[in-house]
Amino acid sequence: MSQQSEKRYSSMSEIPNEMKFAATHEWARLEEDGTVTVGISDHAQQALGDVVFVEMPELGLTISEGEEAGVVESVKAASDIYAPIRGEVIEVNPKLDDAPETVNEDPYGEGWFFKLQPQDLSDLDELLDAEAYAEVCDSEEH
Amino acid sequence: MTEKTPLYESHLAAGGRMVDFAGWIMPVNYGSQIEEHTAVRTDAGMFDVSHMTIIDIEGPDAEDFLRSTIANDVANLVVNQALYSALLNEQGGILDDLIVYRLANSFRCVVNASTRQKVLAWFAKHAYTNMTFTHKPQIMLAVQGPNAILRLSEVPGGPKLSELKPFYAVAFGDWLIGRTGYTGEDGVEVMLPVEQGIKLWQQLRDAGVAPAGLGARDTLRLEAGLNLYGQDMDETTSPLVSNIGWTVAWNPPERVFIGRSALEAQRGNVGEKLVGLVLEDKGILRHDQKVITNAGDGIITSGTYSPSLEYSIGLARVPANATGECQVDIRGKMKKARLVRPPFVRKGKDLVAKKPL
Repeated sequence: MSQQSEKRYSSMSEIPNEMKFAATHEWARLEEDGTVTVGISDHAQQALGDVVFVEMPELGLTISEGEEAGVVESVKAASDIYAPIRGEVIEVNPKLDDAPETVNEDPYGEGWFFKLQPQDLSDLDELLDAEAYAEVCDSEEH
Repeated sequence: MTEKTPLYESHLAAGGRMVDFAGWIMPVNYGSQIEEHTAVRTDAGMFDVSHMTIIDIEGPDAEDFLRSTIANDVANLVVNQALYSALLNEQGGILDDLIVYRLANSFRCVVNASTRQKVLAWFAKHAYTNMTFTHKPQIMLAVQGPNAILRLSEVPGGPKLSELKPFYAVAFGDWLIGRTGYTGEDGVEVMLPVEQGIKLWQQLRDAGVAPAGLGARDTLRLEAGLNLYGQDMDETTSPLVSNIGWTVAWNPPERVFIGRSALEAQRGNVGEKLVGLVLEDKGILRHDQKVITNAGDGIITSGTYSPSLEYSIGLARVPANATGECQVDIRGKMKKARLVRPPFVRKGKDLVAKKPL
């Protein structure tokens, strides 16, 4: 089993298969404890450039899919982060406060944004799989 | 219609991420804007600025034309010396900012890319009889940073420029090299024929000069407290409210230039000023955010994260009496900030701490 076989590549960016994606470039991963971790895709961090500030949602906030859940600021611009599914914010990544560049370095790992207690796990089915998300990225580049 | 500079292929080869800027497809970065910024502050970087417009003005009326058209005075220039000036409308509003070089038999103006058609039309409208404008396609490379002059001298047959004074230029074969820039660091801007420019770009890359994009150009100029036309100043703002009042040559008093009478009416009587802003809370200052000061509200004209200072800085137009602590409305939240006198960083040094407003 090679790592390569588990990933897709859209142009130069990496898109792992174990995640679901929103067309607005957030990823969502179901964890073993039933929570969902949210971050932004490799494609998104590349497009943003050097991330220098992340504004997180309030702990305990209940948000709907597509609702504003924070802001990621690169040197050049601010971009909204949207909740990919409905749920309550139960944890935010404390590391991004002091080291926002982690979003660039490890977007699918240490650079996660927040964790949700999902309202309905079937929301995840509405999101894009890696293949469909790769098409979204490719269409943006052309 | 998007134009490409002659270095387009060179940018792609260097991994440039290309964006549309004022009708030109230009590199915004080559991977990391922060690394490019730091290269210029600590070593050497280079920018393709061939999208800027070079206008040569020749003929017996050229000097009188410029003396009556721009707010600074070219009469004060010796051959090969340059100045920075605003070009004003009758109301004293800024049509553009430009650099003018006095050369042996002509003047050379370098104006912004975004204002090219407007300035060419304005110049044509106010032209004198015995003079010509020529616009020759060239490459213009800004090589900037503490080691810029050294790296350029190490290029095979490259120029030795350590004696060249700031805001002076020297002809070097077909090249014109000015010790000027838009970064707050030492460096030069080289104007040269296309084929030679493509070669020089590659030679400088081989010498370790970092290609730097528009992103780094913006953070560097903002740290250096230098205005961006169309953002920090435009046709509705005069030099007196844009922190470039020093570029207006009031003497001799009999020199009439477009916008002079409007500026004289404003002089000593301005309601606003353009100042620096540092954010003391976390977050990033951006264009158009509201600033609440001790003398009323103002507006941020440019804001960014400062890679050198590692916090956010900006320029803001605020009431003339505003000082000290203020607040900025960032997405509905009030954040603590402080008014300061720009520049923020020059020659690699933090200038904020010792210069409160």
